[in-house]
Amino acid sequence: MNAIEVDNLSKSYGKVDALKGVSFEVRKGELFGLIGPDGAGKTTLFRLLTTLLNPDSGSAKVEGCDIVKDYLSIRSRIGYMPGRFSLYSDLSVEENLNFFAAIFGVKIEESYDLVAPIYKHIEPFKNRKAGKLSGGMKQKLALSCALIHRPSVLFLDEPTTGVDAVSRSEFWDMLAGLKLKGITILVSTPYMDEANRCDRIALCNEGSILSIDTPEKIVQSFDSKLYGVKAKNMFALLESSRKFRGVVNCYPFGEWHHIVIDKDFDIEALKKENCLIEGFEIKSVDASIEDVFIKLMKK
Amino acid sequence: MKGNFISFVKKESLHILRDKRTMLIVMLIPVVLMILFGFAISTEVNNIRVAVVAPERTDGICDAVEKISQNSYFTFCGYINNDDVDNKLRTNEVSAVIVFASDYDRRVALASEGIPTKPVIQVIVDASNVNSAGAATAYLQNILLGAESQQSMFETRMLFNPQMKSAYNFVPGIMGLIFILVCAMMTSVSIVREKEMGSMEVLLVSPVRPVKIIFAKMIPYFAISCIVLITILMLAHYLLEVPMTGGVGGILSISILYLILSLALGLLVSTIAKTQVVALLISAMVLMMPIMMLSGLLFPIENLPKFFQVVSNIVPARWYIDAVRKMMIQGESITAVWQNCAILFGMTVALLGISLKKFNDKLE
Amino acid sequence: MNDIVISVKNLTKRFGNFTAVDNISFDVKRGEIFGFLGANGAGKTTAMRMLCGLSYPTSGSGSVAGFDVMHEGEMIKRHIGYMSQRFSLYNDLTVWENMRLFAGIYGMTKKDTEAKATELLTQLNFLSERDTLVGSLPLGWKQKLSFVIATIHSPEVVFLDEPTGGVDPITRRQFWELIYKAAESGTTIFVTTHYMDEAEYCSRVSIMVDGEVGALDTPTRLKQEYGVESMDEVFRILARKAKRGE
Repeated sequence: MNAIEVDNLSKSYGKVDALKGVSFEVRKGELFGLIGPDGAGKTTLFRLLTTLLNPDSGSAKVEGCDIVKDYLSIRSRIGYMPGRFSLYSDLSVEENLNFFAAIFGVKIEESYDLVAPIYKHIEPFKNRKAGKLSGGMKQKLALSCALIHRPSVLFLDEPTTGVDAVSRSEFWDMLAGLKLKGITILVSTPYMDEANRCDRIALCNEGSILSIDTPEKIVQSFDSKLYGVKAKNMFALLESSRKFRGVVNCYPFGEWHHIVIDKDFDIEALKKENCLIEGFEIKSVDASIEDVFIKLMKK
Repeated sequence: MKGNFISFVKKESLHILRDKRTMLIVMLIPVVLMILFGFAISTEVNNIRVAVVAPERTDGICDAVEKISQNSYFTFCGYINNDDVDNKLRTNEVSAVIVFASDYDRRVALASEGIPTKPVIQVIVDASNVNSAGAATAYLQNILLGAESQQSMFETRMLFNPQMKSAYNFVPGIMGLIFILVCAMMTSVSIVREKEMGSMEVLLVSPVRPVKIIFAKMIPYFAISCIVLITILMLAHYLLEVPMTGGVGGILSISILYLILSLALGLLVSTIAKTQVVALLISAMVLMMPIMMLSGLLFPIENLPKFFQVVSNIVPARWYIDAVRKMMIQGESITAVWQNCAILFGMTVALLGISLKKFNDKLE
Repeated sequence: MNDIVISVKNLTKRFGNFTAVDNISFDVKRGEIFGFLGANGAGKTTAMRMLCGLSYPTSGSGSVAGFDVMHEGEMIKRHIGYMSQRFSLYNDLTVWENMRLFAGIYGMTKKDTEAKATELLTQLNFLSERDTLVGSLPLGWKQKLSFVIATIHSPEVVFLDEPTGGVDPITRRQFWELIYKAAESGTTIFVTTHYMDEAEYCSRVSIMVDGEVGALDTPTRLKQEYGVESMDEVFRILARKAKRGE
């Protein structure tokens, strides 16, 4: 059974096509990631699925309810955390939580088991104004508020943007915990390195989905051989490698440059040519999500 | 789901209470305005400088001038020519000029026999300070003709402020302005703030109906406005001694109607504006400007060009200010201004209807 | 020419009892891409403000582009460039107008501005778009433009604040190429970021923990030292040692 079914969904704002016929399914209890840069249409997709917008064409169902016809029944079942910080910065942590419990007509105790593992991190600061919290704590508070009514589907739009690495990693651990409780989670992020924390991912760019699969399968789909090269002067190395025979693509990739090759490539020849360059190293590397993304974008 | 409504109101009140600066401004502005109008316009009459225009210095006239110079409230500044009157007043050399008729003595004599007569004395006063001008003419009349004299013998001309606008007249205007400020501007900004911060998205996705969100937002602002209303009425009554003969009940009822109308206006602005700045601009330009210009607050409506007189009909403040003025100063009861009430009521219903319809529970 | 462009010795900044930056020392060489990382509240922003001449240290000394951070804040501001993701360019001005504006801010003559702006746009292969409104450009282009505009007055150091967050992978790489190129020609790049994959591109990285420099080395050596695969893990090991609350 699918928690979310999206069929050929399109949405445009004036001349800008934000979403160009997107289709996918999210299974019940799945942690599904939408991975893509700004402008990929992630936020539009979230607003459509949370029934804040109506689509131009196509249809979608959340928990079996149509996003246009049954939007009110969807609203009571889902939890939503928009991209921007969406709580009241002049209210304290506790007041925010109480407020959201009240508007959903629930008592905090009813969903305490669900919220507690997250809320306990910020409980020591419960009298602090939400605006005075750090990025990581704001995000935990927003997640607590989104969970207060025990939603069966959780929509998280770029929850980790602007949050430091430690808090981000904690956040993904929390999502894994929520998944164990049977909650379906749709999460978006522009950061490719977070893709591995999801069960399945959709790579999206400019309103379309490039590929949908498990992170492992997506990485396996990278069918070319990949090498990493580095040297003292990275810029010169980039320019020289691009001219080398058999190199299809060469781009910076952290400390290394990745080179994508075809059958004409001769690794010994490259080594020989560069052996005098200071600090030259070459190694075979496994493709990452980002390599796949670049390849799909080039198509 | 009653619980969530109350917690909404609570949350909204917390926002207001924690924003101390805005709160202070809202509470202080009416007080400051009232005190300014109350005290800047002093009612003390002292050392009024008087000049006299007399064609012939008859005995009667000399007697009258003698009376004036002996009175401690007035200082006699000598006889002047008819042509100098305007100049002397404009340069502030004198604050009042008394013009005696040429046949003063004869007509006073006739009047004392009880025969009606045309004016014998004209008093020209600098009325830029309304209260002292009013008091001065009353004194002069008393001194010159005695309390029992015929009203018709005494003609007064007010210069520089012929409407005799006084603190009294400003009170209804201030009320018309302040409530738009508190209700319309503040509610619209507070709704738009939630749109801007993104919390509106979360609220819309919750099971709470937008109508509830809106009414919960209005209640605290309504409460503040009521406090402001009572403050203004108290100040008006005890400080400025505005008569309010028309009955406080009537003034309160029409004010509450006007408050609701202002809230509805604020709501309408919030459905149009996307950012707080835009909401402020709309409130300031589209709501405040017409109130200042077209409601009779600064300029009497009768003096406006025809076109603006017509336009002024759609400015709610015009009807409100007019009604309050009648009740506060002219002592009319609420039944006498039923037309104003009906117009305001109709506007309120229409505005609420439009804005509730426009307030979408989606983002577009 | 001096090869050390940023030199910091025992730099400290206190706010009342709170020591935001505690006795930090490091040098950055000309043409280096220096990553400056730290968790929320680790003192990263405070340290960077001092280096940009926006606030004065409580004690210690430092120089940026040859100017003293204690006394020559104004001179420092003239010799550095700054680019942040939050504010970059004016959307309602054209590419050319933006360039002229920023060149003007740094007191460049009209002739210099023309020459430099033309050179930069030619390099970007973007000369044909010089009269396009910045607001109508795709995000990736805006990002690249704001970087070259941050370097229009040929600053010795460019400070970049999370320069490539949220950008697609291809544009991101074009952006790093621009940075490599600038570094190659002798501009020093100082990058602050939350994202550890951005840190991997830097030649050296410093990680602040509780107001002190917790680690400083090349990404390779840091990863070796902590026996992990990525900068993300290095950062997490270090940041978890922090005692200071958020």
